[in-house]
Amino acid sequence: MTWLSDSPLFPLVLTLLAYQAGRALHARTGGHALAQPVLVAVVVVGAALLLLDVDLEAYRDGTALLTFLLGPATVALAVPLHRQVDRLRGLLVPLLVAVALGAVVSVASAVLLTRALGGDELLQRTLAPKAATAPVSIALSGENGGIAQLTAALTIVAGILGAVAGPAVLSLLRVRARAARGIAMGAVSHGIGTSRALVEDRTEGAFSGLAMGLTALATSLVLPLVLALLL
Amino acid sequence: MIAGLTWLLGCQLVGEVLVRATDAPVPGPVVGMVVLFAVLRVRRAADDAPAVRVGDALLRHLQLLFVPAGAGVVGYLSVLREDALPVTVALIGSWVLGLAVVGWTVTLLARGRA
Repeated sequence: MTWLSDSPLFPLVLTLLAYQAGRALHARTGGHALAQPVLVAVVVVGAALLLLDVDLEAYRDGTALLTFLLGPATVALAVPLHRQVDRLRGLLVPLLVAVALGAVVSVASAVLLTRALGGDELLQRTLAPKAATAPVSIALSGENGGIAQLTAALTIVAGILGAVAGPAVLSLLRVRARAARGIAMGAVSHGIGTSRALVEDRTEGAFSGLAMGLTALATSLVLPLVLALLL
Repeated sequence: MIAGLTWLLGCQLVGEVLVRATDAPVPGPVVGMVVLFAVLRVRRAADDAPAVRVGDALLRHLQLLFVPAGAGVVGYLSVLREDALPVTVALIGSWVLGLAVVGWTVTLLARGRA
């Protein structure tokens, strides 16, 4: 049986099946916001890993192929942007100001809220970069004294939050313009929020991808400063 | 499909090299996104261009690529149970605050244009 635990086949097939189950549920429920394929798949895979007592490191190694594809997929966000470039005119300054402000608010509020509720400094540093896209938040967490792998998981949760509740919360906040909604989604829920935004509307998706990239940059610049100020 | 994948990976490679050469605090793929954007503009790429078709295909299943990192949360269940309150409230609270600040700022600064 060692070939099974050494081969990436089991982790890959498990992940693909869980994702397909999520897509089927999404279709079956008529696209219910809670039935995000990523959420269903994470729950199914997580439960399977616990029940079958699979070594997490082995699962991570086995699915390295999928994680690697996040790189070219991020590059591919240039495609919706290319289609929507005409809408960018006149929005560049609002976009840059909003993303910079958003990065400061995301980092500072994560640190202050964690502290207010009794979280120690390690936890504050771990939560701080969670709005940036996963590869960036992981690197930033490691460089700034957080637990990188926990930051990775919390970043995914922040993304899932956006995919599930982002559009509804934005409507509650009376943010109606497509561009504004997309930028907000990408700024707090990175690629996972962008995947929902792409489903909602082409303009929303394009702006979400752009905001995701800029937020990664802004968070990298802002995080060390905010942490130095607050900790 | 291979032509499109070559474009995407090539742009990522250029991005990674640029980031390392300049020591910029940005991830390579994000710079790669800017590079591909420039390429698509210059070539006036249409919807049937290889990079556009493969890009669309990858983005359709973007959520799949996040599943392994998300499933990693099971490794930290004991930490999360111990600090459930600060983690939950800070994560959701900070997320809502960020969403509101960004959404409202764009709306305010771009009245009529967004």
